[in-house]
Amino acid sequence: MERQRYSLFTLARHALTGHRGWKPAWRDAAPKERYDVIVIGGGGHGLATAYYLARNFGITNVAVIEKGWIGGGNAGRNTTIVRSNYLLPGNIPFYEHSLKLWEGLEQDLNYNAMVSQRGILNLCHSDEQRDAFERRGNAMRLQGVDADLLDPAEVRRMAPFLDFDNARFPIFGGLLQKRAGTARHDGVVWGFARGASDRGVDIIQNCEVTGFVRDAGGRVTGVETSRGKILTGKVGMAVAGNTSRVASFADLRLPIESHVLQAFVSEGLKPVIPGVITFGAGHFYISQSDKGGLVFGGDLDGYNSYAQRGNLSIVEDVCEEAMAIMPMVGRARVLRSWGGIMDMTLDGSPIIDRTPVPGLYLNGGWCYGGFKATPASGWCFAHLLARDEPHPVAASYRLDRFASGQLIDEKGAGAQANLQ
Amino acid sequence: MIISCPHCGLRDSSEFYFRGEAPTPRPDYEEGNVAFADHVYGRINPAGPQKEHWYHAAGCRSWLLVERDTRTHDFLSVTLASEQGR
Ligand SMILES: Cc1cc2nc3c(=O)[nH]c(=O)nc-3n(C[C@H](O)[C@H](O)[C@H](O)COP(=O)(O)OP(=O)(O)OC[C@H]3O[C@@H](n4cnc5c(N)ncnc54)[C@H](O)[C@@H]3O)c2cc1C
Ligand SMILES: [Zn+2]
Repeated sequence: MERQRYSLFTLARHALTGHRGWKPAWRDAAPKERYDVIVIGGGGHGLATAYYLARNFGITNVAVIEKGWIGGGNAGRNTTIVRSNYLLPGNIPFYEHSLKLWEGLEQDLNYNAMVSQRGILNLCHSDEQRDAFERRGNAMRLQGVDADLLDPAEVRRMAPFLDFDNARFPIFGGLLQKRAGTARHDGVVWGFARGASDRGVDIIQNCEVTGFVRDAGGRVTGVETSRGKILTGKVGMAVAGNTSRVASFADLRLPIESHVLQAFVSEGLKPVIPGVITFGAGHFYISQSDKGGLVFGGDLDGYNSYAQRGNLSIVEDVCEEAMAIMPMVGRARVLRSWGGIMDMTLDGSPIIDRTPVPGLYLNGGWCYGGFKATPASGWCFAHLLARDEPHPVAASYRLDRFASGQLIDEKGAGAQANLQ
Repeated sequence: MIISCPHCGLRDSSEFYFRGEAPTPRPDYEEGNVAFADHVYGRINPAGPQKEHWYHAAGCRSWLLVERDTRTHDFLSVTLASEQGR
């Protein structure tokens, strides 16, 4: 397929011919008999992995195998927040690498992913929480990440509509990361798909992996799919909420639980919310899409689920939290809500590692924060698949850390997936 | 979701606390770190019927051993954990 570059010039040219000349952005391929690498899962992570395998390592005989349509999983269901405001050494370099990749992504992909660095403001509601935020901000700065601690007056200048003197949750200030923001989820999926496809990667849709092909020594040498057997040298899993399910085909038992997370969008409003704002006395976050809808969410429903829909008690809970910090949103009508299945690890941090099964590699455990990780996750997983050794910024995301005790537990919640 | 508690009858799930997948039996001390790590952190995480523990916190305060389908949220059985020995 002929490679098309997008620019102001091509846009003008196609405008003059009534936009009838655009070609598909990527190739919908049929499976070949054999690939050097197979990536399972056509979400953001799987497609980014294939893109960087081709771009960074010249490995182009690659297939991304997706059981539905690309971007139909969590990549298409998330609230699109990108940030690197982490606390622990294992996490900060990885998420900062990701944010740096976001900053140059559109030029690299020649695709508009609508990356918008509108900032994230985490509100604090007590002295103790402000101390904790100060610690987090300092940890970020020590690793070269931007962080600003705001006092209530500075928060008021940014977001005068907040309920500063709420009787239960008064606002004591906030931690601001200016370089954080949002991106367009479909744009990210399509941008990586196009970049990978242009370099020769096969994107195979409506093809569900149902098992692994293994040789006498137990090595994975291919996948069984709904469209037949496909052979390969290496298999990388990037199936998010379905990680345990796919891993069970190789008899692996992982430190992962699948949970449902809901999100909500209101009717379109004029610009009112600058950036992303989070409520510190519970779990609530909100931003405004370019179309004007308020995009918001809160906690997991709290019980294991593969159902991609949640229950009403969380709807009530999320709306109560919204009213506790910005009562003005009570006038807006909720348009839609939906759910996605999170691969929750038992320390809240992801896994990018080999597995005990030769030839099988694991990328998973992204919990509810994997969208922001998309570029770096692909970058590091491609490195692992190509070189058979971890990328330095992802070296802590080992599968055996649960046995060795080197957990990366940002929240200190213990082995309880629904609290991470 | 509505849960049918053996003591209290049909109650809204918001009265209950979800503990998680019912764990495998605790390994022997001699079995070592890997066995303990699997006991604490390993999960089957099935897409389908799952045995799990719920606590009726805002009710009779009993621990329940429940079987529930994680694809549909249907409760297949609810029993008292104490009567199941776990
Ligand atoms: C409501 C919600 C809000 C969120 N908000 C944020 C946020 O604001 N910021 C943030 O950073 N993260 C957020 N996340 C998390 C983020 O969306 C995920 O961590 C991330 O998208 C996971 O990676 P992915 O894109 O590769 O997953 P997915 O898009 O889910 O990709 C996995 C793919 O694997 C496919 N698959 C599964 N099993 C098989 C099989 N057997 N064979 C073939 N294919 C298979 C699936 O169909 C799917 O397309 C949110 C998630 C949800 C649900
Ligand atoms: Zn009861």
